[in-house]
Amino acid sequence: MLTVTDLCCARGGLAVLTDVSFDVDAGKALILRGPNGIGKTTLLRTMAGLQPALAGSITYPEDEAAYASHADGIKSALTVTENLKFWADVHGLSDPTGLETALERFDLTDLRERLGGTLSAGQKRRLGLARLGVIGRKVLFLDEPTVSLDGFSVKLFADWLQNNHLAGGGVAVIATHIDLGIDAPELDLTPFKADPNAGGGSDEAFL
Amino acid sequence: MIALLLRDLRLAVRAGGGFGLGLAFFLIVIVLVPFGVGPQSDLLTAIAPGIFWVASLLAALLSLDRIFALDFEDGSLTLLATSPLPLEGVGLIKALAHWVTTGLPLTVAAPALGFMLVLAPEAYSYLLLSLLLGTPALSMIGTFGAALTVGLRRGGLLLSVLVLPLYIPTLIYGAEAVRRGAEGLDPSGALILLGGITAGTFAILPFATAAVLRINLR
Repeated sequence: MLTVTDLCCARGGLAVLTDVSFDVDAGKALILRGPNGIGKTTLLRTMAGLQPALAGSITYPEDEAAYASHADGIKSALTVTENLKFWADVHGLSDPTGLETALERFDLTDLRERLGGTLSAGQKRRLGLARLGVIGRKVLFLDEPTVSLDGFSVKLFADWLQNNHLAGGGVAVIATHIDLGIDAPELDLTPFKADPNAGGGSDEAFL
Repeated sequence: MIALLLRDLRLAVRAGGGFGLGLAFFLIVIVLVPFGVGPQSDLLTAIAPGIFWVASLLAALLSLDRIFALDFEDGSLTLLATSPLPLEGVGLIKALAHWVTTGLPLTVAAPALGFMLVLAPEAYSYLLLSLLLGTPALSMIGTFGAALTVGLRRGGLLLSVLVLPLYIPTLIYGAEAVRRGAEGLDPSGALILLGGITAGTFAILPFATAAVLRINLR
């Protein structure tokens, strides 16, 4: 479902990763590993279409990608329900049952009328992840999804990923440093590190 | 797209949203000018069209840097970029939301304040009409400027410097339409040009906004 071929990606005009290739079938996840700065975030952003690749190709069904990073896009002046409903509406899914399910799966039902600004860091993170449950996207690019989550919430997220998302034929590429407890192959990015002397895209520096 | 517009309007009217900031600034300028100029009604009548337009322009400028900065900081902009909404649509909606929260209130308030500057009675309708035609252009040009400076810390100064020259045609034709109306001349030429500028900005700048947002989000 997701195929990456000979992908080279750059950060700030310098190539960081070269010739990354992998396949992820429907219903499977892939865990990205590697030390800080190796380019996990860059790879995820490139795959999500937020920045252009230097070379190589990325294929997945059109309009199916979603990206999530530590910035959750939560508005502090909106309630938990309003925040979620906004993202569901933007993605053209205004079915209220999806929203209820997501609130329940991420243990947010009791917090639904709370303002985003009054949530704790972990609760915000859960809300950010619950967004993935209401937008109905099949290909997820997740950058450190479990930051500031406690053990129980990590398990909630892993359960949702395994039983709702992957079981429903979705795909996930996850950069993380912890063990999520889901059955997924790991890809260490260290061997794909770009030669720092190799030139990146020259026009990148001007844009 | 409607969802984004509703969210932005809802955020604007909630605590800390900045709704009314532009309007309050507009009121302050219009109320202070007669005190500064003195009670010479002839002079006030002569400068009223220009003062109304300069005040509108500065009021619109005041809240420009909030258009994208907040969404950029909390990551919403990145998430919107990967959503089915085209960034062109995001730019258009942001400009529209800015206009509804700044341009529209001061357009409605301006005729009520005409007496403060002893505006000629014939000019009231042209003041309303010129603001209605011209202020959307201020929002759209400002949205483009906000997109250009979105990643910059304290980009407000740069934003003002970038946007002010682009505001000048709107200012000239807007004030000219009101002045001609006040003097009993035909203001249709200035109004047509004003509408043309607005139509032109809305035709071109959503695309330019989307292009610079894509670059700034890399």
